[in-house]
Amino acid sequence: MALKRIFPHPLLTLVLTFVWLALVSTVTLGNLILGFAVGIVVPLLTAPYWPDRAKIHYPFRVIEYALIVLWDIVVANVEVALIILFKRNANIRSHFICVPLELTSPEAITVLAGTITMTPGTVSATLAADGQAILVHCLHTDDPDGVRAQIKNRYERRLKEIFQ
Amino acid sequence: MEMYTEILVSFFLVVAGIFGLVGSFGMLKLTDTMQRLHAPTKATTLGVGGVLIASMLYFGLGKAQVSFHELLITIFLFLTAPVTANFIAKTYMARNIKPEELPASEREYGWAVYDDPPGRAEEDFHERERKGRN
Repeated sequence: MALKRIFPHPLLTLVLTFVWLALVSTVTLGNLILGFAVGIVVPLLTAPYWPDRAKIHYPFRVIEYALIVLWDIVVANVEVALIILFKRNANIRSHFICVPLELTSPEAITVLAGTITMTPGTVSATLAADGQAILVHCLHTDDPDGVRAQIKNRYERRLKEIFQ
Repeated sequence: MEMYTEILVSFFLVVAGIFGLVGSFGMLKLTDTMQRLHAPTKATTLGVGGVLIASMLYFGLGKAQVSFHELLITIFLFLTAPVTANFIAKTYMARNIKPEELPASEREYGWAVYDDPPGRAEEDFHERERKGRN
């Protein structure tokens, strides 16, 4: 397949072209061609670094996931701000929480860890050595099991649908 | 620029300022490093996010030109901020927290900060054997 050889990663080509256009911020034919050239060259050069890249099965679920995460970020920001402002340090109960993972692809686990860190109130600390559990630090909670259930039901379940 | 655009832009700037301030205050107030890690995640999300939304509105509604730079900043921040936080957490854990103080990983292998990944221990063993023979 000649086409496959020129575009080993069509999505990356598309993203790079878009990012280039967004960076120069003016859409002209010259910029489009230049961006497209970057979009062809970079995937060819970086191909050795993604031998078993993940497949995204439902592209529209990605948008749904992003919107849910954005909303959660806003809500959690307010919650954490209230904790910082109005709770005495002695009353803040931080917990390390172990969340067993069903995700197996490294890309999916990376997205989940990033999501956990970006939603204020939880930070992903480390993975188990075999990558099948994630250690989460929670700023304040009375219900560690609830936090674990939320991560599993709200984020992991959706990522599983997207990546597996 | 019209009145309502100005109000909208100022609103997002003020929200961003408040969250940036609370994030910095949290850094001062909280006591241990793992807790302090939570503060910058707030500053990068709603703090910077508010400024970016304000900037988009200012150029979009006020000057009628669409700007994608804010979108790119958001994407790059969301890609890089968790990685930094993770590095800090791991370094802190390796230096200051003993594995016994953490909840068990409930698996054969412990947490990656302290334990080798599967296969690694055997590899080391073979390497040592090879070296011993030479």
